[in-house]
Amino acid sequence: MQTPPRLDLSGITKRFPGVLANDQVSFAVQPGEIHALLGENGAGKSTLVKMIYGIMQPDAGEIAWNGARITIANPKAARKLGIGMVFQHFSLFEAMTVLENIALGMDAKIPARDLEAKIVAVMQQYGLKLEPHRIVSTLSVGERQRIEIVRALLLNPNLLIMDEPTSVLTPQEVEQLFVVLRQLAKEGCSILYISHKLHEIKALCDTATILRGGKLVDTCDPAKETSRSMAEKMIGGSLKDIQRGEGRALGTAKLTVQNLSIPKDGPFGIALKDISFSVKAGEIFGIAGVAGNGQNALLLALSGETPSLKPDAIQIDGSKIAALTAKQRRLAGMASVPEERNGHAAVPDFSLSDNAILTARDRMGMVSGGMVNARSARTYAGEVIAAFSVKATGPGAMADSLSGGNLQKFIMGREIMQKPQVLVVSQPTWGVDAGAAAAIHQALVDLAATGSAIVVISQDLDELLSLCDTLAVINEGNLSKPMPVAGANIEEIGLLMGGVHGDPNAPTHISSEVAHAY
Amino acid sequence: MSPEFVIASIVTIIGLTTPILLAGLGELITEKSGVLNLGVEGMMLMGAISGFVITALTFNPWLGVIGAAAGGALSSMLFAVLVLQLNSNQVATGLALSIFGTGLSSLIGVSFTGRIVPQFGSIFPDALAKDPILKLFFGYSPLVYFALAMVPLTAWFLKSTRAGLILRAVGENDHSAHSIGYSVTGVRYAAIAFGGAMAGIGGAYFSMVITPMWAEKMTAGRGWIALALVVFAGWRTGRLLAGAYFFGFLMWLELFAKANGFGNSLPFVQAIPSQFWAAMPYVMTVVALTLISSRGNVGASAPACLGKPFLPST
Repeated sequence: MQTPPRLDLSGITKRFPGVLANDQVSFAVQPGEIHALLGENGAGKSTLVKMIYGIMQPDAGEIAWNGARITIANPKAARKLGIGMVFQHFSLFEAMTVLENIALGMDAKIPARDLEAKIVAVMQQYGLKLEPHRIVSTLSVGERQRIEIVRALLLNPNLLIMDEPTSVLTPQEVEQLFVVLRQLAKEGCSILYISHKLHEIKALCDTATILRGGKLVDTCDPAKETSRSMAEKMIGGSLKDIQRGEGRALGTAKLTVQNLSIPKDGPFGIALKDISFSVKAGEIFGIAGVAGNGQNALLLALSGETPSLKPDAIQIDGSKIAALTAKQRRLAGMASVPEERNGHAAVPDFSLSDNAILTARDRMGMVSGGMVNARSARTYAGEVIAAFSVKATGPGAMADSLSGGNLQKFIMGREIMQKPQVLVVSQPTWGVDAGAAAAIHQALVDLAATGSAIVVISQDLDELLSLCDTLAVINEGNLSKPMPVAGANIEEIGLLMGGVHGDPNAPTHISSEVAHAY
Repeated sequence: MSPEFVIASIVTIIGLTTPILLAGLGELITEKSGVLNLGVEGMMLMGAISGFVITALTFNPWLGVIGAAAGGALSSMLFAVLVLQLNSNQVATGLALSIFGTGLSSLIGVSFTGRIVPQFGSIFPDALAKDPILKLFFGYSPLVYFALAMVPLTAWFLKSTRAGLILRAVGENDHSAHSIGYSVTGVRYAAIAFGGAMAGIGGAYFSMVITPMWAEKMTAGRGWIALALVVFAGWRTGRLLAGAYFFGFLMWLELFAKANGFGNSLPFVQAIPSQFWAAMPYVMTVVALTLISSRGNVGASAPACLGKPFLPST
C-alpha cells in the first residue's frame, strides 16, 4: 500500500466577516516533499497555515495527518504532532541570549545545560552557525532566523512551515538556508514553503500550490513552469512588463557624488569610504549589495540625515548640497525614501494626510506663516491615494492600518508626486507583493522618463536588473565601479558583493544554480 | 573620627538603606515585567500603616510584617487593575496611587496616632547584638537581614529560573511572549503584587523599626528615591545593592548636615545645606543615566516594553 500523505487538506474553508479567506482548498504534502504555497498578499496563504499550525480553526473541511483525520486545537498540539513553524516576523527577545530565546519557545522544561547540548547537536547536524550565548540584538537577520529554525528543529518536526523565510535574507544566506531545507527533506521532513519569490521556488520546491483570492488555482511542478507562468496564475492575469517610453535618451549628469566619506556611527556602523558616482537625468542607478554593507549610511548621507562636512561631495546640477539638512535638500529638489516604512518613512499612528505633511509640506505649499494648511494636505494625500491605487479608507486612515504594500505605495507616491529632481529610494519593494511592486517599478520608470535622476538601493538583484540602467555594488562601505545593466554578469556582481558579512566560512560566490534562477 | 562614630554611622546608613533596598527590589521586578509603577511612595505608606495596625492589634510584629506586605500588595492591585485591565496610562496611574496611598494611610492612621507597638526582638543573642563592635553585624532588625537575603534571591530568580526568564521575556517583548503562549497580563499582575508587597515591607520598616509609632507621611519621599535607585542601578540586582548603600550614604550626609549631632566631625559636610545632600540621589541618577546612555546602551538593561500598555492584536 502506498504511504499516505504527510498532510492532506480537503475542502478547507475559512470565513471572516466580509471575506472568504479560504474557499474549498484541497492539496496534499507528501513525506520528504518541499511544497511551495504561492500567492499574492491576501490570497489566503497565512490563514491556511495558521489553521495547519492550530492558531485558527477551519469552518469546514478536513485535515488528515499521515492518513488519520485530526483536528489541531492549538499550536502546542501542532508541535506535539511534529509540525514546526518559522514565522516571517520573528518572535524574538532582543536583549536576551540565543539560548534564552530558544528555551522560551520550548514546551518542555529542559535544564539550560541539556538544552545547550541539544542546540549544539542540531546546529552541527545541519551546519547552522550560532553562538548560544550571544545577545540577539547583536545578530544579523539571517542569524536571527537561524534561531527560529533551530527552535523548530529541536522538536524533530515531520512538517516544517516556512512563512516567507527569504524576504529578509541575502542571496548567500538564502543559499545556506536551501542547503538546510534540502537536507531536512532528504531525511523525510516535509516542508511547506510560503513565498512569492518565484525563482527560489523553481530552485527549491518539488510541487507548488497556487492560491488566489482564497481559492486554489493550480497545483503544478515548478520545474515545468516558468516564473512568468506562475506569476500570471498568482495574479490571475497577464503580468505587466515595465513600460518604457520610446527613444529614451539620458541627459547630462544631475546627481554627482564625489569622494563622499562618512565615519561610522557607533560600534556596529559602517563607514562610507570615498564614494563617487553620478546619475544622469532620466537614469535609474541601482546599488546592489549584501545587507549591512553601508546601504543605510549611504541613504542617510544622500537624504541629508547625515550631512557631510564637504559641501561639494554631493551636487545636484552643480549646486553643492552635501552640507545641507534633509529639509534644505528637499527644497533643492531631492526626495528620499528610507528602507524602514514604519517609524522612518512614515509615523505609524499618524494619518496619511499628516504623514504627507512630513515630507511634502515645503514643496507642495502646505505651510504658510508657520501654520499647516490641513486641507491642502488632505487633498494631496487623496491625490496620492488615487494616483497610486492605495487601498485605504481615505487621507484620514492611520498609516499602520495599511498593509505593507499599500503603505509603501503611499510613501513612494508621496515622494514621486512632488516631482523631485533626484529621488533616492532604499528597498522600494521590500515585503511588497508582485502587483504593488510592479506599480512601484512603473512609477519609478515614469518619473525617470520626466528627466529625474533616480538612485535605487536594493538587496533584490532581480529588481535592480529589471529596473536600472546602471548598477554598482556596495561592499564594506566601498562602492564598485558602475556598470551598465545591459551585459552585466551575475557571477561578477556576486563576487563584488563578497562573502556573508561577518562569516568567513560563507560561500564567496553565488552558486550557478541560484545565479541561473535570476 | 572615633570608632564609635564610625560604627554609629554605619548602623545608621544600613538603617536608611533597608527600606529603599526593599522597595527598590520590588520595583525592579515590576519594571522587569515591563510595568512602571510610580506608586511606590503610596504603597510604602500603605504598608507602613497596615503593618502598624496589625501589630497594634495582634501585638505580634511578625504578623505585622505579613500585614504590611499584604497592605502594599493590595494597594498595588488597584494600580494593576487600572493599568492591565483598563489599559490606563501607567505614569498617571502610578502618581495617583502615590497620592491615594498617602491620603488613605493618613486617614487610617488618625486613630492610631500616638500609640506605640511592640518591636522585633533581636534574632541573635544579646552577647552579639548588644556588643559595641559585633552589633555592626548582629545588631539589626530581622528586616535588614531579610532585605539583604532578597538581593541574591532576586538576582538568582531573574537569571537562573524559568519563571524569571519568562518575566524578563514579558518585559522585553510582550507581543512575542504572548505569541509563544505566555500570559503577559498574568505575569504582570504577579510582578506588580510582588513590587507592592516589597514596598509595603519597606514602608513598615519606618513604622515598626525606625520608630515604633505612626506618623503621617513618615516615609518622607523614600519611595521616590527607590524609583530613582532602580534607574541608577541600570535594572541590575548587584548594582541595585551598591546603589542602595550609596544612596543610604547620601541620605546619611543629609541627616548629618541637618543634625549637627556629632560636633565638628565632618565640617565639610555640615558647611553645605542639607537640601543639597537631599537632592544628591536624584542628581546621581541623572549622572548615571547620562553615563549609561553615552556608552551606547551597553550598561543598561532597561526592559524594552517598560511603561507600554499591552494590547494584544487578534
